[in-house]
Amino acid sequence: MTQATVSVSVPSRGSVLAVFQKYGVYFAIVLLLAYNLVATPNFFAIDNFRTQFVQVVPVLIVALGMALVIGTEGIDLSVGAVMALAAAVIPLYVGYGLVPTLLIAILVGAVIGALNGSMVAFIGVQPIVATLAVMVAGRGLALLIANEQLKSVTNPQILALGRDSVLGVPYSVLIAAVLVGAVAILVNRTTFGKQLIAIGGSRRAAELAGLPVKRILLLVYVLAAALAAVAGVIGTARLGASVPSTLGNLIELSAITAVVVGGTPLSGGQVKVLGTLAGALLLQFISATLIKHNVPDAYSQVAQAIIILVAVYIQRGKARVK
Amino acid sequence: MTDAGTAVLEARDVTKRFAGVTALSGVNFVLRPGESMALMGENGAGKSTLIKVLTGVYQPDEGDLLLAGSKATFARPLDAQKAGVSTIYQEVNLVPLMSVAQNIYLGREPRGRLGLIDFRRMYAEARALLSEYGIQVDVRRPLRTLALGVQQMVALARAVSINANVVIMDEPTSSLEAREVETLFRVIGLLRERGIAIIYVSHRMDEIYRVCETVTVLRDGHVVHVGRLDDLPRVELVSKMLGRSVEKVERGGVTAFRAANESDAPPVLVATDLSRKHQIDGISISIRPGEVVGLGGLLGSGRSETLKGLSGVMQLDRGGVKIDGKSVRSGSVPAAIRAGIVMLPEDRKSEGIVPNLSVRDNIVLAALPKLSKAGFTSRRKQDAVVDVFIKRLHIKVSSPDQIVSELSGGNQQKVMIARWLAMTPKVLLLDEPTRGIDVGAKAEVQSLIDELAHEGLAIVLVSSEVEEVVEGSARVIVLRDGSIETELRGDQVDENALLAALAGGSAS
Repeated sequence: MTQATVSVSVPSRGSVLAVFQKYGVYFAIVLLLAYNLVATPNFFAIDNFRTQFVQVVPVLIVALGMALVIGTEGIDLSVGAVMALAAAVIPLYVGYGLVPTLLIAILVGAVIGALNGSMVAFIGVQPIVATLAVMVAGRGLALLIANEQLKSVTNPQILALGRDSVLGVPYSVLIAAVLVGAVAILVNRTTFGKQLIAIGGSRRAAELAGLPVKRILLLVYVLAAALAAVAGVIGTARLGASVPSTLGNLIELSAITAVVVGGTPLSGGQVKVLGTLAGALLLQFISATLIKHNVPDAYSQVAQAIIILVAVYIQRGKARVK
Repeated sequence: MTDAGTAVLEARDVTKRFAGVTALSGVNFVLRPGESMALMGENGAGKSTLIKVLTGVYQPDEGDLLLAGSKATFARPLDAQKAGVSTIYQEVNLVPLMSVAQNIYLGREPRGRLGLIDFRRMYAEARALLSEYGIQVDVRRPLRTLALGVQQMVALARAVSINANVVIMDEPTSSLEAREVETLFRVIGLLRERGIAIIYVSHRMDEIYRVCETVTVLRDGHVVHVGRLDDLPRVELVSKMLGRSVEKVERGGVTAFRAANESDAPPVLVATDLSRKHQIDGISISIRPGEVVGLGGLLGSGRSETLKGLSGVMQLDRGGVKIDGKSVRSGSVPAAIRAGIVMLPEDRKSEGIVPNLSVRDNIVLAALPKLSKAGFTSRRKQDAVVDVFIKRLHIKVSSPDQIVSELSGGNQQKVMIARWLAMTPKVLLLDEPTRGIDVGAKAEVQSLIDELAHEGLAIVLVSSEVEEVVEGSARVIVLRDGSIETELRGDQVDENALLAALAGGSAS
């Protein structure tokens, strides 16, 4: 039986909900900042904000790539492992200077991304399965490369990447800002961005419209992993050491949370870049607030979990409309 | 016919509604032991709903099912199976990794001492059971290593050995080889001799007339005909399914098509020997610019598959397509689009529109690379195209930014047509272009098809509506069982001729 009903969904009673779905994450940030203005001494000091921004950079950069993947109705669990791999190769090539090291780390990420993307696009493995396998194998490989050892990084250029600023803005924050802008342009102003969103909206329709669906999917996973590699380099620079055993551990969950809280639905077909930035900042501000009020870290994780639930609940209403 | 005393299965006034849509309305039929009944009807007639009611997937809203004279309620599929109503689907739903014997006795394995499965006995019994139907196979082999036809026999053997009184077969032959079909028919004969009744659903006329004794025809949820098959000429059966009278039908005025013209320009598209196993076989078509060619055929005749073969959606086993004399790489949608062949898919909602995107994004979806510079989209170029088509096709939108799923079906269809016209195609393939859209939009789409043809576009039109095909097409190629049955041209294009061709063969 084919039913020829054309359901037209009009947001009626739920217009408040609709506004929340669209701008909820920004409201939450404003509320949280207002609370801190009153209740947390020195929260609004420039130094504190600089620290907050520096700390959010790795999650934010990973989340940018995650947003692209989720936009295609996929998911990438391997981003943390890619960060570890990037960290693991840095000591091997650090002698060549900052730029070659960075390029090699990104190349390693791209190769891992190509592996993810090939499995998803050409073999048809479910994204969660493919990237889970790569997540496990990738971290193992990183430990093998590093001989399971922590190596300190002394190259001044790389250390500068983690510590120095230009006009008061840390390099890492500058890089993240440029990447946010680049991904926003990619999503909103390029054929590639429009096509990846169409694939997430309806893969079948995209195929029948002649879009190079497999190539685009492959590229999306390559981009996500390359971004994760950049996050890995920045994370290593900040630590001043290559720590493949723990760098990027569970970062995939924070990144997914940032993306979803930022208004990108897990069902694909939309990518909210600024929302992802806001989502990452919200998570950062929440844990900072809790730390400043001496709430143990375990509670902070519970708070994160509640935020995920609320965000997904609000998204659910949106998915129904779709 | 209403002698309930001997009926093994009877439906009385069965009605089923879904969210206000009546799928079955007062359906009655009587099935007697050893009878084989064909269940016929086109898309949306209610066949699959009826089968689901009979097998306990759905419960009727009104009316009763009677098994051997007493009222039966199937709350779930297992109830129906236990009561003796088994179903064989075209996809075998058994466990592919288990052995043949294990599949047959799944859940009721013969046990030996200690409650362990007695494999020797199970193998012997399975072998005996299958050989009753003339099937020789190593019962220890995993099911998936067998041919599809044999797997289906195993499913059948399982069903019958669980003491079935009624076996429902839903398109059982659609993926079988000719030889396997013969085996199936022989088994059906054996089952009937044992008093097992068969409900047989198929689109293949030849099979229906060979295997079935009686027929029940559904249309729009109603039973429109019950009777013996041997008194019913094929043409009449088809006209009952389609709801068209066999008598002279007044021509014209029903659709918005003007008189279609035949063209004598050299053909723009030449397709030869398009074939794919179990779908289409040796279809050759050529179409001239400005020509609307109808593809006629009943459900399952290969209409949609032919369009899919032409547009690269379906990989072909054999044959190919040429545009202006140049071969088009087969099985590739982008290659077909580049060559100028585009297709409006049948299922607009899941294969056509991208529901959460705007009207603008949907219209430019295919043309996006053409409207971009170095990978960057140009709003100005997009708007130029989008505005033209919204005006020209009278697409009713509040703005190009409106989400496409908020539009009516007719306007969504126009968005789809605009998507393809933006590619300036040479050949436009239309699969059910007016299905599910309101009357006004339907007329608009029909006159648009006309207009496009007059501008020189070559169009292939598939429609379940007889008058749409007849009035819209200059000639009609009639398909049956995946091959071209005949071609109607000029004066031959009328409803009677089309109905006769759809039915095919001699009218018994």
